[in-house]
Amino acid sequence: MEIDPFIFRLSIFILSIFVGYYVVWSVTPSLHTPLMSVTNAISSVIIVGAIIAALAGDSLKLFNISSTFGFLAIILASVNIFGGFLVTQRMLQMYKKKKKKNK
Amino acid sequence: MISANLSATFYLISGILFILALRGLSSPETSRQGNFFGIVGMFIAVIVTFLSIGNFSNAFIYVLLFLIIGGAIGAFIAFKIPMTAMPELVAGFHSLVGLAAVFVAISAFLNPSAFNLGSIGNIKIASLIEMSIGAAVGAITFSGSIIAFLKLRGIMSGAPITFKGQHFLNLFLGIAILILIYSLCRSQSSNLFWTVIVISFLVGVLLIIPIGGADMPVVISMLNSYSGWAAAGIGFTLENTALIITGALVGSSGAILSYIMCKSMNRSFFNVILGGFGGDSLNAKDNKQKDKKPVKSGNAEDAAFLMKNASSVIIVPGYGMAVAQAQHALREMVDKLKKNDIKVSYAIHPVAGRMPGHMNVLLAEANVPYDEVFELEDINNDFANSDVAFVIGANDVTNPVAKTDPQSPIFGMPVLDVEKCKSVLFVKRSLSPGYAGVDNELFYKDNTLMLFADAKKMTEDIVKNLD
Repeated sequence: MEIDPFIFRLSIFILSIFVGYYVVWSVTPSLHTPLMSVTNAISSVIIVGAIIAALAGDSLKLFNISSTFGFLAIILASVNIFGGFLVTQRMLQMYKKKKKKNK
Repeated sequence: MISANLSATFYLISGILFILALRGLSSPETSRQGNFFGIVGMFIAVIVTFLSIGNFSNAFIYVLLFLIIGGAIGAFIAFKIPMTAMPELVAGFHSLVGLAAVFVAISAFLNPSAFNLGSIGNIKIASLIEMSIGAAVGAITFSGSIIAFLKLRGIMSGAPITFKGQHFLNLFLGIAILILIYSLCRSQSSNLFWTVIVISFLVGVLLIIPIGGADMPVVISMLNSYSGWAAAGIGFTLENTALIITGALVGSSGAILSYIMCKSMNRSFFNVILGGFGGDSLNAKDNKQKDKKPVKSGNAEDAAFLMKNASSVIIVPGYGMAVAQAQHALREMVDKLKKNDIKVSYAIHPVAGRMPGHMNVLLAEANVPYDEVFELEDINNDFANSDVAFVIGANDVTNPVAKTDPQSPIFGMPVLDVEKCKSVLFVKRSLSPGYAGVDNELFYKDNTLMLFADAKKMTEDIVKNLD
């Protein structure tokens, strides 16, 4: 009997939860705000769904209802991707160690 | 056009890069590299999606155009946003992820063949369940985050909004969503799909309005988690590994942060979710007693004198410091103290600020080196050996009542042992209680000197007096 591909995806999902669990516990508490902004940025990988939806319209009628929702989702997700990664970058740039000679 | 197997492999790679992005955050040194991994992962995912569709017609140009528009808006916000406003920003961004999930689910429902999910009116049952769950969680994330955003921004009052039968209503709506999804699978009716989304928007609002301003760190973490589960739901619909991995990562990340925040307030998760905490009802009784107790108050000169003669000072910053924008003045004060060979460290409570780690970012922005900043459990024993504790903009997290009075609503919450210091300088505008609505016993201790002033003004005055 063949295994339903859904089970494979479910396995990936469950294992990723465990990976996430251990990785996130090892994040230092002082970086919890960048953690939130970067998780926010990566969850915008939902843009792949938005792109598929947007490009599914036929060439004569680019903006049918379905693809319009796709295009809107692209805007939302890209705000998030750029905003999320850049603001994380900006925050991380500020974390500096004590300079020895500055004492 | 590349094969499905190849693109699936690339999606796996971007999923792994996202794991590495989070892994990098285990220390500030590796964090920037981690963020870079995240960017590469996203880049790969987007490029592979283009290649696997292989449709480079006019539509492709529009996709690029919208991507650039969105990207420009995002970049603009990222550079302009002040660090004090990070909680609102993150709440706002969560709402976008939620709404994007809803939109993708809607397009998949309207045009299932584009996603290989069957045809209109005949969508695979499993896909239908996955996309309804993704859409429902996405909608809850969206409207919940909007409410959180409005509360954090101060547009909406932080006071909890409660009414009779609230929890019953939420439970009822939750069950209604499940029943609707069940009948949606049987009838494939688009009306049911829309109803699920509308009810979910409503649930998101109802879920967040009863939660008070003080619990915002939990709310943001919780919504972070929801946005992850929404993404994972859509990932199952699209059979996309990158989305499934990311959704699981983000979902568990948000859940862990919620757990840490709840634990730092000694409250159960359900207690926070059910809400109603941080209202005004508790204040009335305490206010009467307060007037009778004597309080020692001083000015900037006294504070400067005390600190100059100390050999070690611990700074306890809270959200009030951020509101007053006092972090730069504070850093100036610390520089002066260090010049006099006084040892200075910072003590941060996990729920200081309006989101996890918020205080650390604000101090980092003011150029405070991160190795001078300590978490509660690392520094709490040092208070007993220090001369001065300088409490600026924090309140509830220093309240000894949490250790002594089992009647207090904050009893059992881990607090900073500020009162063990030889002397305590407490910068505050008035004696009013903090968000928890509990009077702070620390105000009336013999070794406490209250400095009644705006945090920034007071710190600047102290700096002048340190010369």
